[in-house]
Amino acid sequence: MKIRDIKKLLDLKTIVETDPEIEVTAACGADLMSDVLAFSNRKTILLTGLTNPQVVRTAEMVDIQAIIFVRDKNPEDNTVELARQKDIALYRAGDSLFACCGILYQAGVQPEEIKSFY
Amino acid sequence: MGKNVILEEEVEARNFERGGEVSSRLKTLLTRLNIDPDIIRRSSIITYELEMNIIIHSRGGKIVASVEKDRLQIAARDEGPGIEDVDRALRPGFSTADQDVRELGFGAGMGLNNVDKYSDNLKIHSDEGTKVHSTVFLSREDEENG
Repeated sequence: MKIRDIKKLLDLKTIVETDPEIEVTAACGADLMSDVLAFSNRKTILLTGLTNPQVVRTAEMVDIQAIIFVRDKNPEDNTVELARQKDIALYRAGDSLFACCGILYQAGVQPEEIKSFY
Repeated sequence: MGKNVILEEEVEARNFERGGEVSSRLKTLLTRLNIDPDIIRRSSIITYELEMNIIIHSRGGKIVASVEKDRLQIAARDEGPGIEDVDRALRPGFSTADQDVRELGFGAGMGLNNVDKYSDNLKIHSDEGTKVHSTVFLSREDEENG
């Protein structure tokens, strides 16, 4: 699924646009950045309720190319600025994290493979 | 080729705003050096976790990264106050972070686990409960074979 399809599905508002043709195979819904660092694979989109710059930093480290802020949350200005610098797309969804994840799951976006290391 | 230090950067305690800058710089450098993308990704995650640990838990410190023929080394050295029980700190979910840190999405007790998980060899030395030295090695053998 491409980012432009996800934009339609979740009725996303664009904050920072990069390339809507980017292919997304999996999604990650999390407010814990260490969980994102632990489990994210490539071609992943991140859905989160956190809006601080660390979300963009985390995405940068694991090559996540797009972030969706749920429940109409607006990111801080320095978050937007960092995303522009790092060429990471930012969107805003009106739905909750649970609802957004549910819609994407139903549309065939896969959860990430969790490799346990406990 | 001996040990070639490619990055040596100070990390300021409690400066969350700048958290990730050192890791970002290292990622750019490794990309320029044409290091294998999987190693870049793993070393970025490791460095970011170590950098955030210095910011969150220590009085400040330093990250040094060096490239050797067969491996990449990332060392994080801080000025204390140290880890009381290293084995416990490595347990998933164990954290001493405060609420401010948790609001940033960190402090969930996964940081050192991530470092351990993505490295080929992790050594943590807490000097009598004062300074913490973490050294991480990532083997480049797969990269050369691949």
